[in-house]
Amino acid sequence: MPAQPIGAPAPLHGRIPAGSAVRCEERDFSLYVHVPFCSVRCGYCDFNTYATDDFGNGVGLGSYAQDAVAELEFAQRVLRESGVPDRPLYSIFFGGGTPTKLPAADLVTVLQSAIELFGLQKGAEVTTEANPDSVTRDDLFELRAGGFTRVSFGMQSVIPSVLEVLDRTHTPANVPKVVQWAKEAGLQVSVDLIYGTPGETLEQWRESAQAAVSYQPDHISAYSLIIEEGTKLAAQIRRGDYQMPDNDLMADMYLAAEEIFSAGGYHWYEVSNYSTTEATRSRHNYAYWRNQDWWGIGPGAHSHINGTRWWNLKHPVPYAHKVREGLSPAAAREVLSAETRRFEDIMLQVRVIDGLHISKLDGSRSPQDIESSLDWLQAQGLIEPRARSEGRVQLTLQGRLLGDAVTRELLPDL
Amino acid sequence: MSPLATKPPKPAATNPEIIRNFCIIAHIDHGKSTLADRMLQATGVVTPREMKAQYLDRMDIERERGITIKSQAVRMPWEVDGVNYALNMIDTPGHVDFTYEVSRSLAACEGALLLVDAAQGIEAQTLANLYLAMENDLTIIPVLNKIDLPAAQPEKYAEELANLIGVEPDEVLRVSGKTGEGVEDLLNRIVELLPAPQGEPDSPARAMIFDSVYDSYRGVVTYVRVVDGKLSPRQKIKMMSTGAEHELLEIGVISPEPKPTDGLAVGEVGYLITGVKDVRLSRVGDTVTSAQKSATEELGGYEDPKPMVFSGLFPIDGSDYPALRDALDKLQLNDAALVYEPETSAALGFGFRCGFLGLLHLEIVRERLEREFNLDLISTAPNVIYDVVAEDGTSQRVTNPSEFPEGKVATIREPMVACTIIAPNEFVGAIMELCQSRRGTMGGMDYLSQDRVELRYRLPLAEIVFDFFDQLKSKTRGYASLDWKFDGEEEADLVKVDILLQGEKVDAFSAITHRDKAYSYGTMMTGKLRELIPRQQFEVPIQAAIGSRIIARENIRAMRKDVLSKCYGGDISRKRKLLEKQKEGKKRMKMVGRVEVPQEAFIAALSSGEESKDKAKK
Repeated sequence: MPAQPIGAPAPLHGRIPAGSAVRCEERDFSLYVHVPFCSVRCGYCDFNTYATDDFGNGVGLGSYAQDAVAELEFAQRVLRESGVPDRPLYSIFFGGGTPTKLPAADLVTVLQSAIELFGLQKGAEVTTEANPDSVTRDDLFELRAGGFTRVSFGMQSVIPSVLEVLDRTHTPANVPKVVQWAKEAGLQVSVDLIYGTPGETLEQWRESAQAAVSYQPDHISAYSLIIEEGTKLAAQIRRGDYQMPDNDLMADMYLAAEEIFSAGGYHWYEVSNYSTTEATRSRHNYAYWRNQDWWGIGPGAHSHINGTRWWNLKHPVPYAHKVREGLSPAAAREVLSAETRRFEDIMLQVRVIDGLHISKLDGSRSPQDIESSLDWLQAQGLIEPRARSEGRVQLTLQGRLLGDAVTRELLPDL
Repeated sequence: MSPLATKPPKPAATNPEIIRNFCIIAHIDHGKSTLADRMLQATGVVTPREMKAQYLDRMDIERERGITIKSQAVRMPWEVDGVNYALNMIDTPGHVDFTYEVSRSLAACEGALLLVDAAQGIEAQTLANLYLAMENDLTIIPVLNKIDLPAAQPEKYAEELANLIGVEPDEVLRVSGKTGEGVEDLLNRIVELLPAPQGEPDSPARAMIFDSVYDSYRGVVTYVRVVDGKLSPRQKIKMMSTGAEHELLEIGVISPEPKPTDGLAVGEVGYLITGVKDVRLSRVGDTVTSAQKSATEELGGYEDPKPMVFSGLFPIDGSDYPALRDALDKLQLNDAALVYEPETSAALGFGFRCGFLGLLHLEIVRERLEREFNLDLISTAPNVIYDVVAEDGTSQRVTNPSEFPEGKVATIREPMVACTIIAPNEFVGAIMELCQSRRGTMGGMDYLSQDRVELRYRLPLAEIVFDFFDQLKSKTRGYASLDWKFDGEEEADLVKVDILLQGEKVDAFSAITHRDKAYSYGTMMTGKLRELIPRQQFEVPIQAAIGSRIIARENIRAMRKDVLSKCYGGDISRKRKLLEKQKEGKKRMKMVGRVEVPQEAFIAALSSGEESKDKAKK
């Protein structure tokens, strides 16, 4: 996992400041469950995950579900103590790590306990990530029966040499099989792809994108590989074992994905996400981009309640000790100012198809400045004129490629 | 044991007969400061406990670079045959930029030590200062230093010196500033060979200022050599060039720290303090006289310092502009030759157009601003003064490319310099090639000894202000030495080359060059900028133009993808901080139209040519 942000000390009682407790009833409330176990550590991955099942001290795969439930109970108590009204869950997402390293029964235990404590909105989305190699047909049926509605497979690529650079061990041929099983189980299916792996050609990427489309999942995420500090891959690139892919190739790969996904009946709704219909968009992820509330369960997980962000202790052992004592496992937190919240709103909402409401910018700079920024973005072909006339900033295809530049243009001066 | 003076002569009551005033002419690194240290020790004015290397060089920058910028004058007692003498050693700057200061220091002396490294031989600047000393009718004592070095060739260089000043090789003294060998003999010879100063003790006082130093506690400390009459404490004095009157708060000698005395009399060298706060009120070369009984005639030789090289200094952080102004104000207190006026550059913001005596002066001022005042600066490429006559006959002095007339010009005249280069003869070809490529015309060539040659060239000043010296050094493996002096003006076919980013002129990169060199400047600068400016979201053409005619063009291709792929719950704080940092970074960018140009690009593009070309290659 990347180094956690620097924040203020988080109180052991875990209660959120009064300023963040007001008007929460207007906001959606989701749950993220972080499962920090993997069979192997992939060279590019910087998530908080560990290739071991047992940390000693009575902490490990076997104690995970119980500790997660303890934090869920803690969450319910603390939100109540903070004066936040009970809200049924809008969505739940099990990520990792590899959540399916846990027995399906444990995943269901955690899920059921969450539902019991908070309740579930009608139509709520309950997703788990899964490794195409480690999940069985029975597992998928068991998950569906236990309340899961959606599964997201880490497919990454169909090219063996690319998977090798990424250290991915799964067999590409397993992916269509598990996608099929998941559909049979009645789960919505998403697949994750990675492009821009060192050495990958445009043709190889097109092949992977085509393959993903041919499995007909409901949803595809396609990320350009980010070389994170401290990963094995970063060291390999520093040593010169691999070459970083060049910016132009990355752009061409994005355009290729756009073309292939569109042709396959998928529509973009966020910079890196595509779905068959509006209904198959990831409701959980969309909640992040709308800057809604969520509680993150598990080591290193991040939470956000109405302007207060915190993140848990990274290592499973100290994390487990805290939750077992009924104390907050948070490592640090930040209470955001109104300005910072606006900054985040701009940064997140620019990324999605519904876009940023231009009214969000009011007061951040002079109206003339804002207009001239928008004029320029439009002249550069980065934002849709039509959406602008409706009061929204919506990225064009060109704009998606330069999304951060658009964001910087819209952000108020520091 | 050194024959320490038993009864040092008392200042203000010293018979001129027992005074000897001398300076040391030497090239950088030829050991002047070390020899001065040994003389301070031999005469006992500095005790072993107080001794430190380069005792007289007070500024850090002087010690580090091994150069003298400000003059010093130390009074040392020395006894020969039972007579106590007062020796005044005037330590002078050695660099061509400070030729005027050197000439005033020389005028304060009757003799000069010509100090030459016994392993290197005489260098061009030493030669120039030697000629200056000879013109001032100084008695020259040739001295070879560093005879302890294994590589020393005292025979060879003694002959070289003997030929130059017309003495016998065995009259050349041999010393080692490091071991102290020969230093006492040298002191004896100073007493023996140098004439005593002469002056009219009863005439109205006249004293020449040969340096002025600002001290933050005491105000301006002025170094003078009394020619006629006497100056006393509490006396009213007058500066003859301006007529300004001041009270003498303190007067004294330096030995080696300032010691107040009852005054200074004929032939004596010392300092005076009047309480003024600005060295420009106490100018080098001016004559000090008494206010009541004033002299009628100045000592002569006074000149206003004339800046010859100009450069824009801009703070990297625009908010440092007031700090830069304050710093320049403070430096000017101690540097009468520094001139500056506010300048606004579209690309670099607010700064100052500064005039300097030469390149070393520029470098020193810049370094002092950065070190002593903690400023980060960009300096634009140095340029010289051009005399531009427009077609309608009006003439204009241009010190900044931005002042270059846009319309037709009739003639442009540029300052010329006469250069002397001394080098081993194997490098003659390389030097001639370099000088020719810099529009030089050869004036002559002489062999100083069998294998050392003096070349004389006339060159445009503009051709030597940028990187000429570096080039000369690198083409001669460091052996060549250079001296130059101004040598009139000449008409030249000069043009202004502008650099445009996306069609917008970047004033900081405009340059006045010879027409034949415009193209190479244009391709060099556009090439450099293409490497230095990061890709933007759009294509950026970089053009070089003379007027509206494009002479060179490069393109920075557009940055095609700039978006963080993943942004989920746990990424938000991190991503926000990344964007904040990028926004922060953007603040430090200079905007040229819509093009973001990092400060580093300006610095690198404006730094001297070869170096950044090498970087670009890597």
